Amino acid sequence: MNTPALSTPSFLRRMLQRWGAHPEGRKHPAADTEITVLPLPPRLILPLAQHIGAPARPLVQAGQYVLRGELIAEAQGAISAPIHAPTSGTVIGIAEVPVPHASGLAGPAILLDTDGLDEALPPDHTDPFSLEPAEIARRVAAAGVVGMGGATFPAAVKLALGQKNPIPTLILNGGECEPYLSCDDRLMRERAPEVIDGARIILRAIGGERALIGVENNKPQAIAALRAAAEGVADVEVVEVPSRYPMGSEKQLISWLTGREVPAEGRSADIGVMVQNVGTAAAIHRAIRFGEPLTRRIVTVSGGAIRTPRNLEVRIGTPLSTLVAFCGGTTEPVARWVMGGPMMGLSIHSLDIPVIKGSGGLLGLVEHELAALPEPGPCIRCASCVGACPIGLMPLEMAALIRSGDLKASVEIGLKDCISCGTCSFVCPSQIPLVQYFNHAKGELAAQGRNRMKQDAIKELVEARESRMEREAREKAEAAERRKAERARAKAAAAEAAAAKASAAAKTTEETTA
Amino acid sequence: MNPISSPHAHGARSVGRVMLLVMLALTPATVAGFWHFGWPAITLWCVTILSALISEAFCARLAERPAGPLLADGSAMLTGWLLALSLPPWAPWWIAAAGASFAVIVAKHAFGGLGQNLFNPAMAARVMLLISFPVEMTQWVAPHAAGLSAALDPMTALSVTFGGNVPDAMTSASLLGHVKSEASRGIALSQSLTGHWDPFSFGLGQRAGSLGETSALLLAAGGVFLMLKRVIGVQIPAAFILGVVLPAAFAHLLAPDQYLPPLAHLLTGGVMLGAFFIATDYVSSPSTPLGQWIFGLGCGLLTWVIRTWGAYPEGVAFAVLLMNSAVPLIDRVTRPRIFGRRRNGHSMTAP
Repeated sequence: MNTPALSTPSFLRRMLQRWGAHPEGRKHPAADTEITVLPLPPRLILPLAQHIGAPARPLVQAGQYVLRGELIAEAQGAISAPIHAPTSGTVIGIAEVPVPHASGLAGPAILLDTDGLDEALPPDHTDPFSLEPAEIARRVAAAGVVGMGGATFPAAVKLALGQKNPIPTLILNGGECEPYLSCDDRLMRERAPEVIDGARIILRAIGGERALIGVENNKPQAIAALRAAAEGVADVEVVEVPSRYPMGSEKQLISWLTGREVPAEGRSADIGVMVQNVGTAAAIHRAIRFGEPLTRRIVTVSGGAIRTPRNLEVRIGTPLSTLVAFCGGTTEPVARWVMGGPMMGLSIHSLDIPVIKGSGGLLGLVEHELAALPEPGPCIRCASCVGACPIGLMPLEMAALIRSGDLKASVEIGLKDCISCGTCSFVCPSQIPLVQYFNHAKGELAAQGRNRMKQDAIKELVEARESRMEREAREKAEAAERRKAERARAKAAAAEAAAAKASAAAKTTEETTA
Repeated sequence: MNPISSPHAHGARSVGRVMLLVMLALTPATVAGFWHFGWPAITLWCVTILSALISEAFCARLAERPAGPLLADGSAMLTGWLLALSLPPWAPWWIAAAGASFAVIVAKHAFGGLGQNLFNPAMAARVMLLISFPVEMTQWVAPHAAGLSAALDPMTALSVTFGGNVPDAMTSASLLGHVKSEASRGIALSQSLTGHWDPFSFGLGQRAGSLGETSALLLAAGGVFLMLKRVIGVQIPAAFILGVVLPAAFAHLLAPDQYLPPLAHLLTGGVMLGAFFIATDYVSSPSTPLGQWIFGLGCGLLTWVIRTWGAYPEGVAFAVLLMNSAVPLIDRVTRPRIFGRRRNGHSMTAP
């Protein structure tokens, strides 16, 4: 009843799509447990960079008392998001602490000692449908909502795109194709009305016509709950998609649901589509209905080493060690801690790192859950990676080119189109770190680009200096010339005057003598 | 660069597991070959595989690498196995040894080892043997030639394999060889086929031919198993078979007395082994889906052309090697379309 009408060509196209992999789900037992609210930790660590774009600018000082929901750091630049106090307490200061980042380097964060009272600013109940679209986008921006699926792109920046040109189709991403993770699943099951309401608010903000919620078919209860919540909502439709990694990738989900491809050098808005994560929709619902900024999220804590895997509702800034302790600690030595899912998540080295807005999972993985071989074997050209690549690339060729140092050729055959989903590495029977090569090469290219920009800037400065010096020399010469001419003129004038004087004097003499 | 980066998980597939599945798929046809051709076939199979393994270990020594992991990936054993299946079942030991060591040392390691070879090692060895030792390589025995007694006697087998004593009375022509020689004497197919061609017994392998090529149906069953296990794709086998069947059917319709029926092409010689196990070799076949169709069709078509007009009665090995040499080119021109781009590489534009 709620399934979309499939046109034959798009049905055929779906049948012919063979990309992707089927990693073992491992979503249970975490997916079976209700969302539990994690008690407040004594201290919260709030990194200033919790989103893609410029880090936020702190507005508080050490010793300042803040309430839950209070703005403590403001957005800085066009792509940025503000940060709010997740609970009441005293700001300790701003320090460099370990933050979730691939480099493992420290970053600036606001430290907040909680007082346990959790006192909040008064809520601001608003009917979203009385608001102008631009006002919705403004309030979402003020609430600091970013993409909750892990990409952490400021949600309001996307909504603002809808102000510029019409985006008829909204897609809510309930794919959650990463193994282990079930935070979106639980959210959809337990808070489906929030998600549906969020979808309607976003539709209003972007002037959209319909919303499709794509959910992988391994979450039947989430689908049922959403469908029940969407009952009677004409413009929201819940669509079951196959469980296949990376179905949760924006481009793949759009293609599956609408049959249309996002241009390689364009954005989804170019084809009239916007994608938001289901968690983002729920956050937007809270931001608009209650004026509640984004200060908490659901995190799946799982992995073979975790005693009781579960889904926790966590204040942003809670140290990961608190989450692990709440889940009963570990039962086995942890071979690797991963923030996010196992396919694209970040390997982390310390549990002092805090939960940030984009953290959907914390995994304590044991040895046998990781890749089996310590050493990659030679490529046997089995083409598993070619068949699995959701973008239609030839990872084996790209990797060979990168290994031989020919970055340019690898770009020519599609390096920049790679979405780093890791499917190729996952399926490779020789366990060649394919996506790792691509990420490395992309980093290299970015560094080269930065270098080139720097060199260009230096060149420009040098050229500017040279031309300035030339100009100055020229001006100097001209000035000297001018002065010389002036002097000559003055001399001539003086000589003339002297001559005149002399002649006058002579005249006078003549006259006197006369 | 961060030494530990995503993905933090890996699929269950490994090179060794893939090779194992292929060997498993080959087992029914191999056992049928043993049954039809007796103990000499078993000793030949053993000698071929052993030679391949020894050659692999030898190359590992040359490269100063430990031989264990190299042997463990199963690729050398599979090469030996495939070569054994394409040899005359009562061939002498030195054919097996020379062929297997050529396959591993020259066709594989001289190109750089696993994953680097341009040509299918088993087929390269088979062609080398066919050209160098045409007599030994075309001495076929009829299934159950000496009656079960001789075929089941291990001592006789040793003298066949190691002494080279193949009694003339037991030799027999393969169907393709028979048809070719009859045709050269101007005898029409309708006559030469009489009493030599029976689809049913050919499908089961009760005919003269290579050790493991004769049981066409068992090979096809193994191939289907590999497809279901997603070890091989549908493209290459389907294209190979189409490449043989289409021209054969067309020619047979036009001149039934001159051209073999398509079913005879499918069930004799190495078509089934070639389509499911040889042409599908990862290393020496294209990586792109479209390229695999082209490659398979080329293999099939060339097989039919060589069988029909070439000097040799059988053409699978030549066809595969010829197409192998075209693989880099095929891969280059059949790259998949990149998501969000047109075939020419330009980004799609918004409608």
